[in-house]
Amino acid sequence: MTQPPLPAIGPDTAPFYEAARRGELRFQRCTACRTWRHYPRPACPACQSRELAWERASGRGTVYTWTIVHGPTLPAFEAALPYNVVDVLLDEGIHFVSQVLDCRPEELHAGMPVEAVFVPVSDAITLVKFRRLR
Amino acid sequence: MRERGIRDRAAVAGIGHTAFGKALGRSEYDMAVEAIWKACADAGISPREIDGVVRYDMEQVDEEQLLAVLGNPDVRFFAGTPFGGGGAAAVLVVAATAIAAGQAETVLVFRSRARGRRSSYGGHPHQGGRYWEKLPAELPGLNQWHVPHGLVSAFQEMAMIAMRHRIEFGTTDDQYADVAIAFRDHAIRNPHAVMRTPMTRADHHASRMIAEPLRLFDCNIETDGACALVVTSLERARDLRQPPALIRAGAMAAGSHHIRLSTLLARGFDDDSARRAARRLFAMADCTPADVNAAFFYDFFTALVIIALEQYGFCGRGEGGPFVQDGGLAWPAGRLVCNTNGGQLSEAFIHGFNNTLEAVRQIRGTSTSQVAGCELVLVAGANTDPTGAVILARDR
Repeated sequence: MTQPPLPAIGPDTAPFYEAARRGELRFQRCTACRTWRHYPRPACPACQSRELAWERASGRGTVYTWTIVHGPTLPAFEAALPYNVVDVLLDEGIHFVSQVLDCRPEELHAGMPVEAVFVPVSDAITLVKFRRLR
Repeated sequence: MRERGIRDRAAVAGIGHTAFGKALGRSEYDMAVEAIWKACADAGISPREIDGVVRYDMEQVDEEQLLAVLGNPDVRFFAGTPFGGGGAAAVLVVAATAIAAGQAETVLVFRSRARGRRSSYGGHPHQGGRYWEKLPAELPGLNQWHVPHGLVSAFQEMAMIAMRHRIEFGTTDDQYADVAIAFRDHAIRNPHAVMRTPMTRADHHASRMIAEPLRLFDCNIETDGACALVVTSLERARDLRQPPALIRAGAMAAGSHHIRLSTLLARGFDDDSARRAARRLFAMADCTPADVNAAFFYDFFTALVIIALEQYGFCGRGEGGPFVQDGGLAWPAGRLVCNTNGGQLSEAFIHGFNNTLEAVRQIRGTSTSQVAGCELVLVAGANTDPTGAVILARDR
């Protein structure tokens, strides 16, 4: 496999990817108790309401934790080794796994402010990555 | 009786395992049956006496295959535990629950893995080799939120959990080495262990980086092999060949999060499944961590053992690193002697079950790194999943 695996868009996740294609970061939010949630799911874990909206998030957050992958990894990612993977704590309180672009491993640190950037990888899929907020 | 749950209702009466190795060239079915037959012989029973089966739900040797060899026309209890290594101790909770409820008398629990890197025998991710190399090009489920960003496997997820522990508490490479070296030293004394060459601190630090902060020697080995044990009622166990290892207490725990990072990282320490399991476990056992003579943590990674010590209350939050220093987990004189078989870091990786067998040996007094006067032993499943744990006890 030389192409990286991509998300299979399903009915529960399509709104996320449609928003990302437009350059928007959207997550499910409970319309009853206003709790944000990710990963997408059909009820609120805080109040069990089934009512939800896909609301737009700021796209800003800070690096909560990270790793630098040295391999082994999938063949599609080998050319990029070593690469970072980060967990971003978004201002909305959501944890989101992604990467910080154009950031050397030694520059990563906890609490580093970042903002979302949108990287199209196919007609259907735009991945949400991050860059340093200066 | 209800509030005492499964306390002292069942006991491990027999244990058995195959040889462990990097590529044994055997089927999981064949290895499972060898281990099961040995566990039955150890207990002094016939496989025909097994009337219940509990397995990990990802175990590929299924009931159909077992029924074809066990020879009992009246097997009456089947169950499986989810969450992979998180169910490694929960299988004993299920077996003891079935026995306490009278749904079965003699329950088989086992795990068989042809899982060395060269041992893949099918297209299913759980049929050996590296499961993440079998990911589909279009990712359903939660993998779609991680894999496209290069987070392809559990060891990379655990690296991020380990990194957060370093961010908060300053855990060090030397502390990781302390865990790896202690378990390696145990493996050297264990003739069944796969990794038996001595490891120095320099060896640990020189091993290649896999996913920062985890090096190769921070990761469990991948091996082939099978382990089985026979659980029966305490009354029956007392009539069998071996001294019983009582299941003094058992707990499962799951909450609103799961191993996948975006929910796992969002929860607080006291919401950890392992914390919840520990509270119920010690209450049922009516003891404290200080009473435990030896512990078996799910050592898929050195860094996660350090976190487990905190979750199970052997030290305070953030104190796991200092706890493991200076031979803190090493036989015979550590603060808490752990994983005396060498664990999954150095004996074999049978999804935690090889650690459970060694816990039984500690109760029997037959370990190659035997803790003197060992009466209470903790066995914990993987500590990032929904999880479970048991306390085994010597009889009377």
